[in-house]
Amino acid sequence: MPYAIELLSITKRFARTIANDNVTLRVESGSIHALVGENGAGKTTLMETLYGLYQPDSGRIRIQEKNVSIKSPHDSIRLGIGMVHQHFMLVPPLTVLENIVLGSETTRYSLLDLKKTTTEIAELAGRFSLSVPLDEKVENIGVGIQQRVEILKAIYRKADILVLDEPTAVLTPQESIQLFRILSELKEEGKTIVLITHKLNEVMEISDRVSVMRKGKIVGEVETAKTNPQELAQMMVGRPVLLRVEKAEKKAGDPVLTVNDLTYVDRRGISLLKNVSLEVGSGEILGIAGVEGNGQSQLVECIAGLIRPSAGFITLDGIKISGLGPREVFARGLAHVPEDRIKRGLVVEMDVKENLILGLHNQPQFSSRLSMNRKSINDNAKLLITRYDIRPMDPDAHARGLSGGNQQKVIIARELSRNAQVIVASQPTRGVDIGGIEFIHRTLVEARDAGKAVLLVSADLNEILSLSDRIAVMYDGKIVKLFPDSKVEESELGLYMTGSKGNSQEKALGI
Amino acid sequence: MISQIFSLAFLAQTIRITVPYSLASLGGVYSERGGVVNIALEGIILNGAFCATVGTYYTGSALFGVACGIAGGLLTALIHAVVSIHIKADQIISGIAINLFAVGITKFILEILFQSSSNSPRIAGLPHIHLGFIESQPDVANLLGNPLVIVTILIVIASQFIIFKTRFGLRLRSVGENPEAAETVGIGVTLYRYYGVLISGALAGLAGAWLAFDQHSFTDGMSAGRGYIALAAMIVGKWNPLGAAAACLLFGFAESLQIQLQGGGLPTQFIQMIPYVATIIVLAGFIGKAVAPGADGIPYEKEN
Repeated sequence: MPYAIELLSITKRFARTIANDNVTLRVESGSIHALVGENGAGKTTLMETLYGLYQPDSGRIRIQEKNVSIKSPHDSIRLGIGMVHQHFMLVPPLTVLENIVLGSETTRYSLLDLKKTTTEIAELAGRFSLSVPLDEKVENIGVGIQQRVEILKAIYRKADILVLDEPTAVLTPQESIQLFRILSELKEEGKTIVLITHKLNEVMEISDRVSVMRKGKIVGEVETAKTNPQELAQMMVGRPVLLRVEKAEKKAGDPVLTVNDLTYVDRRGISLLKNVSLEVGSGEILGIAGVEGNGQSQLVECIAGLIRPSAGFITLDGIKISGLGPREVFARGLAHVPEDRIKRGLVVEMDVKENLILGLHNQPQFSSRLSMNRKSINDNAKLLITRYDIRPMDPDAHARGLSGGNQQKVIIARELSRNAQVIVASQPTRGVDIGGIEFIHRTLVEARDAGKAVLLVSADLNEILSLSDRIAVMYDGKIVKLFPDSKVEESELGLYMTGSKGNSQEKALGI
Repeated sequence: MISQIFSLAFLAQTIRITVPYSLASLGGVYSERGGVVNIALEGIILNGAFCATVGTYYTGSALFGVACGIAGGLLTALIHAVVSIHIKADQIISGIAINLFAVGITKFILEILFQSSSNSPRIAGLPHIHLGFIESQPDVANLLGNPLVIVTILIVIASQFIIFKTRFGLRLRSVGENPEAAETVGIGVTLYRYYGVLISGALAGLAGAWLAFDQHSFTDGMSAGRGYIALAAMIVGKWNPLGAAAACLLFGFAESLQIQLQGGGLPTQFIQMIPYVATIIVLAGFIGKAVAPGADGIPYEKEN
């Protein structure tokens, strides 16, 4: 098989770090090649170099067995390279059609010839089962559809090589399955695909070969059929990793957090929560599974005191907390790991030590009436950084500069250090790499073993299945199913998550 | 009384005021659609007016004067483009600096050339087309026959097409909304931002030329806040050429109403409020939320 892509001895330095260190990667034509590695391993930089967004400091690139020079995306597009970036490169107020043609427009008398283009794109969309609403504005369509727009964009530019950066990070399980079907079809058509990911089950499922990157270097390349997730994880992290969470039988106690007939109607009058009832006991993890946008966020925000329920109430340790503000709720023993760590979990402009006392800043140990107590803030930071293995080990590091996994560790360290009775963790490992996930999972299980009540909300089914003692499925603002243990098939959960099964209200009670 | 107010002369007055607003406002649309906030419009108008005056005075050709006005606008806008696109400085500060600079430089050269710090000698007006009607009111006929009025109308209509129906417009908008996305499809962000700012310079320079010919001279600080009003009209018009021109027409109407009503017995303080009250009513009552282009005012930083 000839090579579609050859990246030879590529080195790329940024101001202080070396992102790609003498990397050589060859991808066979017509294959699906997975590129795996932890966050910050240099996968994205390598592919953005291929796409012409960065210029390598040294090294050569060959495409379809020819030496090429790629100075900008303009060159890479001409060479038949398309890239679907992790953060979609779409212009929200423009229509789907305008986004697809942007930069490669067909014109007639210098006016855009959208009619001719529409037929062309409709034909392509039909051939690869990539149906998209061409006249809708991108800001009005969901992320799954936006991704199809990105793929169509690349195909419309006649890309033979398609690079996808973490394509399933934003997709539901069903959408991921669809995406993989599309990728297989593209491969059938002879296209070469590079898939950047850190989800090993995806690698096993779809790729032909896999290259592993760690700290800017390629540390291994294997045929997918001749490896397994355990081996890949070890290559990625550089040490043996536990992919499965080990946990003891639960010793659940009395309900600590109860949610009773909770209803939430938003400003537009839409009911986002419909009579939700649940209990979380001490020493157990209740997992809430569901496709995002089915009321999980509102449930968590009601519990954390960020929004007020329209009806129903919430108690913590028998005392009603609904209607209280976040500070009072926290004071009564609730820890909250919010789903959006940048928006709600951290103040990224501040440093790590300051982020580690957010919400605790008015406690006497950290602040006197006049000023903050720098020494105890610093000591607190040093202690937590060591205990939670936060990198870099520097209390003065800016939160913005940390990797996603380490940002998340800062939040978890802060929330768990308060010794709260109830922990509400929303998407705790989203965008976190394997090493970080292992650590965060272990920490949550330890908290449960120490008798805390943990409410886990996650769109990641693996996470729900491996951590939860009981599982509730949310769909359309309701709890449609409660499983009393975690012995359930992923596909079964999927049916409830998409509303194909069970549409009546259940109560997640009875520990 | 009503017929006295809404006469042909009133219409002419409204158009006189609206033309420079519209040209500058369209300039704002091009610049901001490309992602560069251009409050330097005020200074560009002033420099355009000055260059048009000087060009006409020394050559006696109004057409050459118009070209000088456009060139003056282009050069001034080029400063703003270099400072805000290349050097990536704060666009508001660059704009303010240019506005202050324009006041100073025009006065300075005025003094050197004409030994006056307040106004230039008289220049001839633009030649006008004989329309063959309303000859009874020569002022009105002259104004309606002014080629720049027709040019302005054509530019408004053409701009609506350029922004929304052409390849150039699509690329300009993409650069102003999400420059990262534009770059990944091979569009030169810097180039298109330059286009946007330079077009705004040419149009605001033309607005300045109109002012100079309308007053038959250059007077110190004659832009008199029109650049800012043009920006307000651009926002009221939601960054659309037709919308911006309609907003300018409304401002022009309110202003000429104010002029017309003066001396009519009503307290002048009330009458002077008309344009502003009209603006507030329009903003609050009729126009929905105006959303600026996504990357408006944000320099494009490429990591490397």
